[in-house]
Amino acid sequence: MSEGNFTLDGEDIPFQEGQTIMQAAMAAGKYIPHLCYHPEFKPHGSCKLCTVRVNGRATASCTQRAASGAVVESNTHAINDERRALLQMLFVEGNHFCPSCEKSGNCQLQATAYELGMMSPHYDHFFPNRPVDASHPEYLLDFNRCILCSLCIRASRDVDGKNVFALSGRGIKTRLIVNAKSGRLADTNFSEADKAAHVCPVGVILKKRKGFAQPIGGRTFDLNPISATPHPTIKEG
Amino acid sequence: MDAPTKKLKVATTSLAGCFGCHMSFLDIDERLFALLDLVEFDRSPITDIKHCGPCDIGIVEGGLCNAENVHVLREFRANCRILIAIGACAVNGGLPAQRNSLSLPAILEEIYHAQHGLTHGSIPDDPELPLPLDKVHPLHEVVKVDYFIPGCPPSGDAIWKVLTDLLAGREPELGHGLIHYD
Ligand code: SF4
Ligand code: SF4
Ligand code: FES
Repeated sequence: MSEGNFTLDGEDIPFQEGQTIMQAAMAAGKYIPHLCYHPEFKPHGSCKLCTVRVNGRATASCTQRAASGAVVESNTHAINDERRALLQMLFVEGNHFCPSCEKSGNCQLQATAYELGMMSPHYDHFFPNRPVDASHPEYLLDFNRCILCSLCIRASRDVDGKNVFALSGRGIKTRLIVNAKSGRLADTNFSEADKAAHVCPVGVILKKRKGFAQPIGGRTFDLNPISATPHPTIKEG
Repeated sequence: MDAPTKKLKVATTSLAGCFGCHMSFLDIDERLFALLDLVEFDRSPITDIKHCGPCDIGIVEGGLCNAENVHVLREFRANCRILIAIGACAVNGGLPAQRNSLSLPAILEEIYHAQHGLTHGSIPDDPELPLPLDKVHPLHEVVKVDYFIPGCPPSGDAIWKVLTDLLAGREPELGHGLIHYD
């Protein structure tokens, strides 16, 4: 296996042939903000939080193969400004009321926004009307918080072999749907043992009767910022 | 800290909030004395002054859920050089904005007519009452807001950090543990 080096914000990062910039950076203990990337799944390249500049050109580091001698910039004012704007758009497109969200403190969207110093949502809120699906006896789906990262889709399809979730529609109308005639989770074979039950980075796929189990102060990102928390960051909630 | 020579004027108010942010403000405890060396309060629950005069800093808790909230916010914006939105409700509407996916008539109907135990309920229409807005809005959707302190409520330490940064002429910054949305 051939190896090489690139620089990330001026530091030498070794990589192995075939690795993406994200994979090599993670292996070297360097944090690049990301939401739709998860080390156990094929990259989806959709959230663009992981955008870096490679030899001056913007590209998603979770899909871009590392190349020897490349000069990669990530933690710069300009790039972080763009990342903050992406986060702000995610916040206003959904309904993110963190104080009443069971994922708060363990949420990657929230923790990434803290990391990047997002002090306000900046844009006008959509306040969409997205009913929750509480049909399943063990799990609740609160679509108000979905960021369309597709991790549940990839987990259900590639690991569980079930295809419980899918994306429907295009552009701003894209939404997460449940693959059942009724559209309800209760009418699928989704179960707690599924990988898909444990990958949502935000507060959509929630185990019932388990909310707010961890006290404030002891939750994942109360302890350390996301940049200092090893992946996978999703604790069983 | 480079202390300003003249005391700065500060006004505070709560709109569609729960006064929790004001309580958290009092959580700066004995640092209030240090603050009082640097600022004096204009309109605020602390002084009970009813209208805001020209101020250096205005601190607004709560979002906008009725017409009166909008009037007060505009008065603050017109009078304050620096306007700070404090708390989740001011920043994104917070808990009151969770009504936004429901229609206002349906909410009023449910609360004043349909709810169990109400026999002769009627929707209050006293002209003294400010009209509710169709949707609850955060402050920045109506006026320009200069700084935001998120949190439900933000801790006394977070509020202290932002105020001392501003009084010292620094760009306010909240690091890990001080910035939170819940
Ligand atoms: S999913 Fe995350 S960002 Fe959204 S409300 Fe819950 S804790 Fe906040
Ligand atoms: S439900 Fe969660 S995992 Fe699935 S697409 Fe939405 S945010 Fe991603
Ligand atoms: S993490 Fe790379 S695009 Fe989402």
